[in-house]
Amino acid sequence: MSDNRNEAEARSAAASKPPLDPHLKALENEAIHIFREVAAEFERPVMLYSIGKDSSVLLHLARKAFHPGRVPFPLLHVNTGWKFAEMIAFRDEIVKRYDLDLIEHINPRGAAENVTPFTHGSARYTDIMKTEALRQALDAGKYDAAFGGARRDEEASRAKERIYSFRTPDHRWDPRNQRPELWNVYNGMINRGESVRAFPLSNWTEVDIWRYIQAENIPIVPLYFAEKRPYIERDGMMILAEDPRLELLPGEAKQEGLIRFRTLGCFPLTGAIRSTATTLDDIISELETATVSERQGRAIDRDQSGSMEKKKREGYF
Amino acid sequence: MTASATATVAAFPAVETERASRDSRPLRLITCGSVDDGKSTLIGRLLWDTKAVKEDQAATLQRDSSGKQNDLGLPDFALLLDGLQAEREQGITIDVAYRYFSTDRRSFIVADTPGHEQYTRNMATGASTADLAVLLVDARTGILEQTRRHATIATLMGIRQFVLAVNKIDLTGYDRARFDEISHEFKELALSLGVKQITAIPVSALKGENVVYDGRASMPWYEGPTLVETLEKATVRSNQTVGFRLPVQRVSRPGESFRGYQGTVAGGAVKPGDSVVVLPSGMVANVKQIVTFDLVRNAAVAGDAITLVLDRQVDVSRGDMIVSIDSQPMTGRKFDAQIVALQPEGIEPGKRYWLKSGSRRQRVSVTPASQLDLKSGKWNAAEALPMNAIGKVALTFDEQAIFDTYEQNRTTGAFILIDPDTHNTIAGGMITGRHSELGGIHKGDERVILSLPADLADKLMATEIFSSRRHDAEVRHTNAGRAAELLAGLDE
Ligand SMILES: Nc1nc2c(ncn2[C@@H]2O[C@H](COP(=O)(O)OP(=O)(O)OP(=O)(O)O)[C@@H](O)[C@H]2O)c(=O)[nH]1
Ligand SMILES: [Mg+2]
Repeated sequence: MSDNRNEAEARSAAASKPPLDPHLKALENEAIHIFREVAAEFERPVMLYSIGKDSSVLLHLARKAFHPGRVPFPLLHVNTGWKFAEMIAFRDEIVKRYDLDLIEHINPRGAAENVTPFTHGSARYTDIMKTEALRQALDAGKYDAAFGGARRDEEASRAKERIYSFRTPDHRWDPRNQRPELWNVYNGMINRGESVRAFPLSNWTEVDIWRYIQAENIPIVPLYFAEKRPYIERDGMMILAEDPRLELLPGEAKQEGLIRFRTLGCFPLTGAIRSTATTLDDIISELETATVSERQGRAIDRDQSGSMEKKKREGYF
Repeated sequence: MTASATATVAAFPAVETERASRDSRPLRLITCGSVDDGKSTLIGRLLWDTKAVKEDQAATLQRDSSGKQNDLGLPDFALLLDGLQAEREQGITIDVAYRYFSTDRRSFIVADTPGHEQYTRNMATGASTADLAVLLVDARTGILEQTRRHATIATLMGIRQFVLAVNKIDLTGYDRARFDEISHEFKELALSLGVKQITAIPVSALKGENVVYDGRASMPWYEGPTLVETLEKATVRSNQTVGFRLPVQRVSRPGESFRGYQGTVAGGAVKPGDSVVVLPSGMVANVKQIVTFDLVRNAAVAGDAITLVLDRQVDVSRGDMIVSIDSQPMTGRKFDAQIVALQPEGIEPGKRYWLKSGSRRQRVSVTPASQLDLKSGKWNAAEALPMNAIGKVALTFDEQAIFDTYEQNRTTGAFILIDPDTHNTIAGGMITGRHSELGGIHKGDERVILSLPADLADKLMATEIFSSRRHDAEVRHTNAGRAAELLAGLDE
């Protein structure tokens, strides 16, 4: 079986790789602890898998946490139909390689009403295709715990969120009334219908993620590396111009250049950056001198200060 | 009078110089103190001056600050921390924010906690994992009850390194006498709490004086370190000295042939061949393997998330603890603890709660004994504990409980209490010892004569607490009959 071969390869590579530095080791230990605790305390956990770099690290940590067993919960991919094609190909390959259970969900209402980022605007589109879709998928699976790859350094309201983030039966987050969370003693007690979002990567920064990917040799979507790619400029963002559904507006023209992505989401809403970083070393040194934050390329965070909090209160991850 | 001598009660022990920021665990610190003393502004300034704020975030900050600009025309640095809408509207911190920054020398995780008494629980959340506390005081108002509460909670939670930041010093005209006065008052408070490592620094968080850059231009009289210099030299919480502890989170049985116990080592170290005991059952086994994803390891230490394989079939389940055979934790049904009450309903006497410690969750009834009076520092008798109270309690379990003292082990000595009705976390607690059934046994200079079976006496004498005070005890051997006679003679 190809699984076994890959595992064996990975293992012999692992045996020769240098040990993690104490900083990454501490972060890894904390994440594994959280994975095990949630898996043991909840009846129906699920892991949100968005295919990006944070999800890739999250998945790697889950595999480590439960080794030599299988990952004891399914992965949930909330698809919008507008992801980069390379992301979907990567996802399918990973699921096969690591023998994972994947659940894919697309909001049927959105699909039926043909909700697109072009026709409905980024805010409504995100609300229907991501927030509402996520609620539907979590309800359908009756999941009582959902792992996510969010990090506190991403955004000001995330910085306030607990590792076990409690949600009401309608998936609401009440930031004013979070449960105290002392030491690493997590309170997993909930009533039926309530749930918890668990964030094993809470204390990781963007640089930590990249250094860990490098140290652990974790596969990631190639879009993170600079390559000559076609793009158009729209609303001050560079949008990848590969998908035939992207219609050029008057005055727009396809260009080509060395670009890469710092975060991955729906291609019409995710801006690329100009970069020559073709290796992990390049990416890390680029980051260490970066003058803007990673969220800068995301249309959904730019509406106003506090927009992420609003989305989260409504059930966004 | 010499200002710097008053200011620096004790310098932190120096660490090897020039360590790269990734060579060690990050230092975890909190800011605490009373409302509006400038905690969020200080951390905002720290992030700003260590270049942890990116251009787009800086632009957002400038935009959000406009209109609310202070006299100095500087941005409102607290907005970098106060990320919730309610916080921005009210201009206060409600919940703890975690932030990450680094200097050339080391990396930091900082928790900015709220000063408001109503949100003390969120301060406790931040304090529980911190290595160091930066306690802020407004130079104009000095030390308040809330300052004392935070200093006390931080100490209870095991923080032994404090920085006293005498903030808003710009608003006192950089008054050196005022700084000395507050430093002195805090030194007395700290000594009463048993804290010896204090560095006092006069600071203007808003103007960035003595935060990352020195404030010599305005305060030539201060010759001590800046805040960042002090943080770079602080030490991370040392790992506990007691024996091996593995609270079992889950049992891994991927197939017939494999059975591993998964958890995070909470103390000591372990290697294949070590003899261990499973608690509470008391069954003994040897360690066969330490399994991790990467390779089979030949040792694991505190903090490592591992899978342990034993050399024989023993019954182990989630919530059990695997420990070294020669240095075991306390087991029993009654323990003493100190707790902080975190919710409006407080702690009701005799109510049964859930207690969670490590991976073990048990029913417990909590009997408050006393409450700390923050002003006098005295423990007054109490039957219930209101929100935000710090109290001493007795814990009574239905089944065997397993603990170390918090002093000895910050993982196996810590617990939370959960209300069975609301499921909310209502208290954080720290074990101080086994509860003595004989109330008042340790009062005055009385002595107690115990008559025990020899095997039990052996165990007792093998404990750390006993051996540390071996010279205080007298021990004689005799048979059961003779012991009974002697004790009967004492009863008259
Ligand atoms: N002049 C002057 N003003 C300051 C200084 N530090 C903080 N301030 C001001 O004091 C006010 C309160 O500051 P915050 O940082 O929000 O105080 P806080 O301690 O975080 O408050 P809570 O979190 O709500 O307890 C703000 O208006 C700050 O601009 C300082 O060093 N000098
Ligand atoms: Mg504040």
